[in-house]
Amino acid sequence: MRNDLFPVHAGFLPLIDSAILVVGSEKGFAEDEGIDLTLVRENSWANIRDRMAIGHFEVAHMLAPMPIAAKLGLTPMPLEIIAPMALGLGGNAVTLSRGLAESLNIGSDGTAFAAAPSGKALFGEVQRRRIGGLKKLVLGVVHPHSGHNYDLRYWLAASGIDPERDVDIVIIPPPYMPDALKAGRIDGFCVGEPWNSVAVRDGSGVIMTTKSEIWRSSPEKVLGVSLEFAERNPEVLKALLRALTRAAMWCEKSDNHEELAHLLSRIHYIGIQPETLLPSLSGAFETADGTLHHVEDFFIPFSRAANFPWRSHALWFYSQMVRWGHADWDASQTEAISQTYRPDLYRSALATFDIPLPAASSKVEGGLPRTVPVGASKGSLLLGPDGFFDGKIFDPDMIEAYVLSQKT
Amino acid sequence: MSVAQLSVLVIDENHIRASIIEAGLREAGYQAVSVINELDGVAQHIERSQPDVIVIDIENPNRDMLEGLFALTRSVQRPIAMFVDKSDQRSIEAAVDAGVSAYVVDGLRKERVKPILDMAISRFKAFSRMARELADVRSELEGRKMVDQAKAILIKARGISEEEAYRLLRKTAMNQNRKLSEIAQSLVTASNLLEPQEQKP
Repeated sequence: MRNDLFPVHAGFLPLIDSAILVVGSEKGFAEDEGIDLTLVRENSWANIRDRMAIGHFEVAHMLAPMPIAAKLGLTPMPLEIIAPMALGLGGNAVTLSRGLAESLNIGSDGTAFAAAPSGKALFGEVQRRRIGGLKKLVLGVVHPHSGHNYDLRYWLAASGIDPERDVDIVIIPPPYMPDALKAGRIDGFCVGEPWNSVAVRDGSGVIMTTKSEIWRSSPEKVLGVSLEFAERNPEVLKALLRALTRAAMWCEKSDNHEELAHLLSRIHYIGIQPETLLPSLSGAFETADGTLHHVEDFFIPFSRAANFPWRSHALWFYSQMVRWGHADWDASQTEAISQTYRPDLYRSALATFDIPLPAASSKVEGGLPRTVPVGASKGSLLLGPDGFFDGKIFDPDMIEAYVLSQKT
Repeated sequence: MSVAQLSVLVIDENHIRASIIEAGLREAGYQAVSVINELDGVAQHIERSQPDVIVIDIENPNRDMLEGLFALTRSVQRPIAMFVDKSDQRSIEAAVDAGVSAYVVDGLRKERVKPILDMAISRFKAFSRMARELADVRSELEGRKMVDQAKAILIKARGISEEEAYRLLRKTAMNQNRKLSEIAQSLVTASNLLEPQEQKP
């Protein structure tokens, strides 16, 4: 280690979207920017948050709603977290136990992983159980304030299933999901890769749908940064954002996927064999009958502004926190909530880079049926497709109407 | 309610450490102490027993589940994380450094619960010290065994005395700025690789 480097400690959980941090540290991108980036694998999001609060971690791999939860005072320790960069788009899937999935007979008509038909099939099962007085389905997510929880609930609700009344949603850490499914403690889960693929490979699970099918190009993890650290070390943060941007570009290149899978398979990162990590990078997933199906945009590490911390993403998460009773609706809070995401810091860090950055800080979510060029700082920037599977649109300027419409 | 009436739940996958904490709580006069070592069934246990204080090791992956349970269900009284008072930054740091966290039912006065956390912190620290010492002793023993094997290889291959073999190993270690046991380990590995197949049992 060179001793002229600035030490930065990052907590992470063993998930595919920790890739950008791992590559930033392992492939020399951080060092090139004068940073000694040390990664620490953690067991819970609670630990990541607590260790950031007491100064062990300056930055961390975080669930996208975590900075918002902190802002709303939903965390035990007072902590201000900002998100100056997203760690990619997508990366999750919904998996059901093989027995249940086979009884639903999903995807046999060529609609593998499509959110609407799989949701409809699950709705049938939920109704059957309700009428028959059978036990409710138990579904696992990793944290209450997580993309997984909100993706799953969105999909269930739009499929006619009441996530509060019709199923039980329980919290289980990502690496423990496949075991819980195998042991029959849960019937399914929504989790980040590679934990869906682990369940598929050991034969206990079948992927029903993916985050990208529920909401194409949707936010999942961010680089959470302690506000205190960001304010005291603005230049270090800029350097880190540049390093991680180069790392994200590296992760996106398919030529690097083999190496990336090997890197992440190391025991102190994800600790799962490379073959199980490859589907989330290539997008080729196994269906119930064992054939491979390509999922478009399953995980986007860099392109189409995948690292841009859209304020509309922060507000969408707030709308879901309100929807499921995790937070109260308060119109006067929306400004403060959207400011936990910091596109301004992202832009200023990358000012010298030859990559186009969005001119806007917020966008209408779910409004792009196909890839389109949008206003950018330089060159041409392509965004989308971006769409919710039920065709709804989230306009951050109309958040109150959106929140109200969810109640019905 | 006296201190002894507070019910305390200890969640720790490490059986030995859990018993150390349990014993400490009982010594301090807490009588309603229960322990869970498994990862499964924690939620049901809490709903049933409604503990006032939960002590959990910080590496326990169940922490997110616990916090979710406290935040979302109405079936349990709402325990909140011990670190609610930022003025007590010192004790928060001490707890995290020692590897322990705690949740207490909202409304319990801090000074009533602090002795529990303090006790847990000191016992967690003592436990890690013990574990570290044990690991040191183990690796030293293994290192010695390795050096003995390496010496035997050198004695046989080069026809030198035991003392010469030892000196050779030590000199190599010093020249390469590595541990004696590491040099011994490399030699044993190399020698195993070079050994003709038929000599293996």
